[in-house]
Amino acid sequence: MEIKVVGPGCTNCKNLLEVVKRAVKELDLVIEVEHVTDVQKMVEMDIMQTPALAINDKVVLSGFVPDIKTVKNKIKENE
Amino acid sequence: MSIFYPVELLADWLTFDVFHLAGKKLLASAVNFFIYDTIKIFILLAVIIFIVSIIRTFLSPERIRGILSRRNKYVGNFLAAVLGIITPFCSCSAIPLFLGFMEAGIPLGTTFSFLVSSPMINEVALVLLLGSFGWKVALIYIGSGLVIAILSGILIGRLKVENLVEDFVFKNKLNPSRNGLKMHWKDRLNYAKSYTGQIIKKVWYFILIGIGIGAFIHGYIPVDFLAQYAGADKWYGVIVATIIGIPLYSNAAGVIPLVSALAEKGVAIGTTLSFMMAVTALSLPEFLILKRVMKTKLILIFAGIVGAGIIITGYIFNLIL
Repeated sequence: MEIKVVGPGCTNCKNLLEVVKRAVKELDLVIEVEHVTDVQKMVEMDIMQTPALAINDKVVLSGFVPDIKTVKNKIKENE
Repeated sequence: MSIFYPVELLADWLTFDVFHLAGKKLLASAVNFFIYDTIKIFILLAVIIFIVSIIRTFLSPERIRGILSRRNKYVGNFLAAVLGIITPFCSCSAIPLFLGFMEAGIPLGTTFSFLVSSPMINEVALVLLLGSFGWKVALIYIGSGLVIAILSGILIGRLKVENLVEDFVFKNKLNPSRNGLKMHWKDRLNYAKSYTGQIIKKVWYFILIGIGIGAFIHGYIPVDFLAQYAGADKWYGVIVATIIGIPLYSNAAGVIPLVSALAEKGVAIGTTLSFMMAVTALSLPEFLILKRVMKTKLILIFAGIVGAGIIITGYIFNLIL
């Protein structure tokens, strides 16, 4: 499974990255969470609101920092 | 009777019965103002941001892009400005939004109408205007904000400055949105809850500081004291206010309650409006971020047009109110 946090590096993106890393750890998964800051990539993924969370290249959340429970659910749903 | 009458009673009770400030008139007035405004503004913040967030879940940027890409110029500018009110604006979203719009073939002018209205008319500013100034000033602010956004967009569209956008922006192929996020009511409520919490967490201390200084001014500075420096008859007031507003972006939440206290002491209303608009619409961090997708000249044109609009608005309202 591939997990990416997408956002140019503002506070919200960093917060999301933290939440996702914690969720991955609590689910006992061994996955490196990737932080995508490249604007070009955002366009390719058609993301218009950051921060966004993509699992296996599918955008599952965009535009806000959710709580850890939501992130865990999204990871489980898209495994 | 205002719906905040119970809050008024509570503020009076705390000021006079709990803190026993009846003997100290100035302090009592400041404390009373602080308690009343704080409670009122936080209630408004929670309620209005929650409602706006729910509405927003029905109008994702992808959907807004769809709406805007099928319109002719002027209707497009109008819709872009109106839809800009609902979208949240974090300067870090400026780039993906801009690129997403350009990629869908939305005209540059329409995109700029959106980029102006989105940060200028946002739900936090709205609540604070409503709470500190009342609905009349809030409506004037929204109305003139929309006019500035629409006209700036039309003007930028007329200037034919597409060549000032970085080349790579137009190289992107239109790639219809794949991420149609499906949302159930549970998700919408969840989103609204997290978003409201997130915003309040981010702005509460600015608001407390703003109301705190505002309360001090309210209690200790005589009414109309500032009229001699910043009344409507001072021609430089609006320009100075606009320039001071530019670097204050991240503190917008604290600035509005503070400014309402200044207005009460004689700063002209047009000058006040210009100041608040400059704080929200002209933001240095946003300009720096936009540099990644457009040439500095275009950012200067954009800032120049919006700045001029804000200054003109200030003079108009100083004249007529």
